[in-house]
Amino acid sequence: MLIRIRRLGDLEESDVTPEQYFRRRRQLLAMAAVAGIGAALPAARALVTPPSEGRRLPGLKDADWGKAMEPTDFDDITHYNNFLELGSGKREPARNAHRLRPRPWSIRVEGECTRPGVIDIEDVLKIPQEERIYRFRCVEAWSMIVPWDGFPLARLLARFEPTSKAKYVVFETLADPEQMPGLRRPIVDWPYVEGLRIDEAMHPLTLLVTGVYGVELPGQNGAPLRLIVPWKYGFKNIKSIVTIRFTGQPPRNTWAVLQPEEYGFYANVNPNVDHPRWSQKYERRIGEGLFARKHKTLMFNGYAEEVAHLYKGMDLRRFY
Amino acid sequence: MRPDRLFRWLFKPLLFVACLLPFALLVRGVVLDDLGPNPLETVTHITGDWALRFLLITLAMTPLRRLLGQAWPLRVRRMLGLYVFFYATLHLLIWTVLDQELRWSAMWEDIVKRPYVTIGFTAWLLLVPMALTSTRAAMRRLGRRWVRLHRLVYPTAALGVLHFCWLVKADWLEPGLYGLVLGSLILSRLGLCGRFVRPSSAESPG
Repeated sequence: MLIRIRRLGDLEESDVTPEQYFRRRRQLLAMAAVAGIGAALPAARALVTPPSEGRRLPGLKDADWGKAMEPTDFDDITHYNNFLELGSGKREPARNAHRLRPRPWSIRVEGECTRPGVIDIEDVLKIPQEERIYRFRCVEAWSMIVPWDGFPLARLLARFEPTSKAKYVVFETLADPEQMPGLRRPIVDWPYVEGLRIDEAMHPLTLLVTGVYGVELPGQNGAPLRLIVPWKYGFKNIKSIVTIRFTGQPPRNTWAVLQPEEYGFYANVNPNVDHPRWSQKYERRIGEGLFARKHKTLMFNGYAEEVAHLYKGMDLRRFY
Repeated sequence: MRPDRLFRWLFKPLLFVACLLPFALLVRGVVLDDLGPNPLETVTHITGDWALRFLLITLAMTPLRRLLGQAWPLRVRRMLGLYVFFYATLHLLIWTVLDQELRWSAMWEDIVKRPYVTIGFTAWLLLVPMALTSTRAAMRRLGRRWVRLHRLVYPTAALGVLHFCWLVKADWLEPGLYGLVLGSLILSRLGLCGRFVRPSSAESPG
């Protein structure tokens, strides 16, 4: 299966970065060089330049994915977030992130598997981590290019030996009102729940993510562990995971419960199926400025070649 | 200075400048590139917010005159109303030019298909005749019909609040607050109407 996957992020005209951002990146590189970070191991040179803040992830491997795409600024990725548990605006999550304590942290894995159990985040971090640059497309019609650090979800799931009854994988976010001020208001039925079909979960593009730009995930981005399924809308990519459960039935995922007409279980990026309130044909790329043109949204967010076969014969208008 | 002159040469110009502040801050943000990771969203929300705020402030002027027993709230009402039109038009222009990139067919599709766009656009359309008839001459010419025409401000405000509600994904707190303010303003108006019916008890010495 892996062999079929081609290099991602072939350069298109719309991916050419406006000069001002390119310059900003140069500046960042120059600053990093001054700070001595540039003297890192030769292997690390291929990775994106990490920001000065944040704890570096050690031993990161460059997976050479999506290299043709210029990543969105670290500042933008970490200050424009939807994370209801940390507040309902885009800025609140970054403001409230200090309340979230990503250590100690453990993840319970249960359900239809032969070896259920609890895994500590430190053990999760011992799994070899790699950097991949993915497109990230929010259902609200904005997008980013993000250098994620993590590993294929399949690698973790295999350890718990899911049985043949495991048709779905369900994830739950932490729901602790002390660490998460957003929980004080009953906006949704906490905890936040998401899920994948088992074949989606096992797909080599599906990642468990522990970092961004080479540093550990900031709270607002879902510390210490989150899901990234690059061909699905952002809300599928559940943050701050504490529970993983193998089930025979699809879960009632949070947004589908909240507004079933607007959000489904699949949430595959699809420019041909509009959100009832807005078109999904175009997306605004974060960081390109007020006067930049929108980008055309790609089928399965540009990963159609890798994932379209998963949905063969399905009516994607019905299973949105 | 006489109070009348003070009002005309100091208070009113000051208010005029104050109402321009949100716009000035917006321009500053554009020039300094300081509008956050999604500047288009920021400018869209700021202009929409202020159109709605000025609309509610304008509506508050009549009850305020009652409350204070002073005439000045009515004398600034037109200016405030025109600011509603100013910010609403900016909001619409930003959507047309920067968001939709002048894709007319896509815009038309949005207006027809998407209730929040339909409602927002209708609200702006309702503002147009009010802005056009805001001159003294128009007031004189239209007489009683002017009052009737300008009652459009209530459905406009209701549509504005609804437009905001319809945009929200999960958290209805903010549009809910606007709705609450609008509701109480409408209630206070109805209350006043009640007083007109019973003039004996209503009028208090000022």
